[in-house]
Amino acid sequence: MSEPKKQLSRREMLRRGALGAGLAGVAGTAAVLAARTARSGTVWQLDPEKCIQCGNCAVNCVLDPSAVRVVHAFALCGYCDLCFGYFPPGFEPDDEFETPGAESQLCPTGAILRRWTEGPHFEYTIDEALCIGCGKCVKGCGAFGNGSLFLQVRHNRCLNCNECSIAAACPAGAYRRVPADHPYLLKGEDQKA
Amino acid sequence: MNRHATAAAVLAILAALLAGAAPAVERFALPQFKSGYVRPATEVPAPRADLYDWLDVSALAAALAAASYLAIRARSRRGLWWLAVMSLAYFGFWRGGCACAVGATQNVALALGGGGYAVPAAVALFFILPLAATLFFGRTFCAGVCPLGALQELVVVRPLRVPAWLEHSLGLLAYIYLGAAVLFAATGSAFVICEYDPFVSIFRLAPLGRPASTMNALGGSTGMLVLGAAFLAAGLFIGRPYCRWLCPYGAILRLLGRVSRWRVTITPEECIKCRLCEDACPFGAIRRPTGDWPRGERLIERRRLAVLLVIAAALLAAGAGLGWRLVGPMSRMHHTVRQADRVRLEETGQVEGTVDLSDAFYATHRPPAELYAEAAAVEASFARASPLFGAWVGLVLGAKLIQLSVRRTRTDYEPDRAACVSCGRCFAYCPIERERWKKASGGTNAS
Ligand code: SF4
Ligand code: SF4
Ligand code: SF4
Ligand code: SF4
Repeated sequence: MSEPKKQLSRREMLRRGALGAGLAGVAGTAAVLAARTARSGTVWQLDPEKCIQCGNCAVNCVLDPSAVRVVHAFALCGYCDLCFGYFPPGFEPDDEFETPGAESQLCPTGAILRRWTEGPHFEYTIDEALCIGCGKCVKGCGAFGNGSLFLQVRHNRCLNCNECSIAAACPAGAYRRVPADHPYLLKGEDQKA
Repeated sequence: MNRHATAAAVLAILAALLAGAAPAVERFALPQFKSGYVRPATEVPAPRADLYDWLDVSALAAALAAASYLAIRARSRRGLWWLAVMSLAYFGFWRGGCACAVGATQNVALALGGGGYAVPAAVALFFILPLAATLFFGRTFCAGVCPLGALQELVVVRPLRVPAWLEHSLGLLAYIYLGAAVLFAATGSAFVICEYDPFVSIFRLAPLGRPASTMNALGGSTGMLVLGAAFLAAGLFIGRPYCRWLCPYGAILRLLGRVSRWRVTITPEECIKCRLCEDACPFGAIRRPTGDWPRGERLIERRRLAVLLVIAAALLAAGAGLGWRLVGPMSRMHHTVRQADRVRLEETGQVEGTVDLSDAFYATHRPPAELYAEAAAVEASFARASPLFGAWVGLVLGAKLIQLSVRRTRTDYEPDRAACVSCGRCFAYCPIERERWKKASGGTNAS
């Protein structure tokens, strides 16, 4: 009868020792980690210089429609009357001051608004609520225009998933974690902002 | 006129730009506005404030304290149940599942992997706090804090008994999954725990605290939603299938739970071996008393242990070898390696045509040699990490063999330290415990 009692206490001692080791291990991990810790959180953002507008941003986000939308760096825009992010390739408007119907626009959801400013110049703004992040306009503007339209993860929408589903699918490796206090990778003038 | 000139200019550029993406280039002069038109600024809505991360950490700490108190001191199953409901609502549905200790394991691995990633302090605390709590109180995190556990906890209706051999074998999966998750996270390849989290798509379905329009969350994850539903359906009859056999964080908690300072007991008083609690645990965590082992067998046992140690060492070596053989396929989890492989196939004419993966590289106008060098560096890190992963798998198998052969003496019915998730179901099955309640509350049953 005394045999199991003694065994039990020996096991108990072993366990206490292991507990000490466990505490030391967790504390050690915490200490090592402390040296590689950032105060502030991170968010996901895509680098517009890497993006090839493959279309994954529109369909791979856990949100539907995607948290990725197009943004416009007005400072880079040529205010072109024949905008390649706005008109489908080969489009010939009858009258350059006319705003064409949705069927004549490149954007599948008519999310880009066109407004005359002065001379031959038109302003293009995004109705972000309509944009689905397909990147068609970005491709057009990047290939033939100034590249002032580009995609960004919009942080008023993004859930900041621990692993962004689009990042996992992006063929360009364009996604990375950025500090939450610099949550955008903008083009042109706005980069400084 | 103007328009046609631009159109002609554009057609000329067209040929040069078939690669598709192009960085900002000033093809068209920036207009100088004379009418007083002011260019709008690009809108940049801010993310959720950091403050909320600290709210999450505080909620975690408070929930851990509450779970430990309810499981160890108050011994209240009802309290734990309500805590699970609240944690599920907060960490699960409100926070969308991503304030998560299970997933934080990967952030920690990535930070320790040496790629220069700094883990946000809040995420580091999500990883560390439950581990520390487990060392003191056992797996109380699993009882009522973890949203994945809480969701499974609440759907158990008719748990079936899983045969011991199956339980032991499936239980190994979690350790292997942990090893794989650490490997892929530390090498910066993927966060597989997040990618294959069966429940997160369920959490994202309900629009708690967010405009419903932003929460039509099926995009890109329909398959995972189906998997989540399957896990929940299975969870009706098999208690916590994810926790028991897959959860990588649970694997760490099991190890720590074995040595915890305090833990859940079926009753704090003496067990009378009435066997009433034998089937109380839906997770198969209650162990029977063993009785005394015959004394003469000590020597045989020692010999067997020696043999098993040798086998374990062999398994470890074999695992490392296998890990070494698998460096190639494993490293393809990394984007750079996949891209380099594809570009190499195209450059050497082994495949025709391009795909998005290679187009993305050509659009950078970098020489392929650079990409190959980057991929080689990634493969080198896999060459170090992959044998370690293999050795880990071997170690897990070996340790299981040894664990199965070592005879423990148990005099009472008691929850297994590793397997018990501290849910408190067994309390009510114990007649001694019921007696204790009666005494404590003067007849009215508090829990
Ligand atoms: S997935 Fe990547 S390449 Fe495709 S559109 Fe999004 S950022 Fe661009
Ligand atoms: S074309 Fe696509 S990315 Fe551009 S505004 Fe329309 S929906 Fe958004
Ligand atoms: S982090 Fe999540 S919500 Fe945000 S863009 Fe990526 S997948 Fe969408
Ligand atoms: S085993 Fe894993 S999923 Fe289950 S409750 Fe524990 S940490 Fe959560």
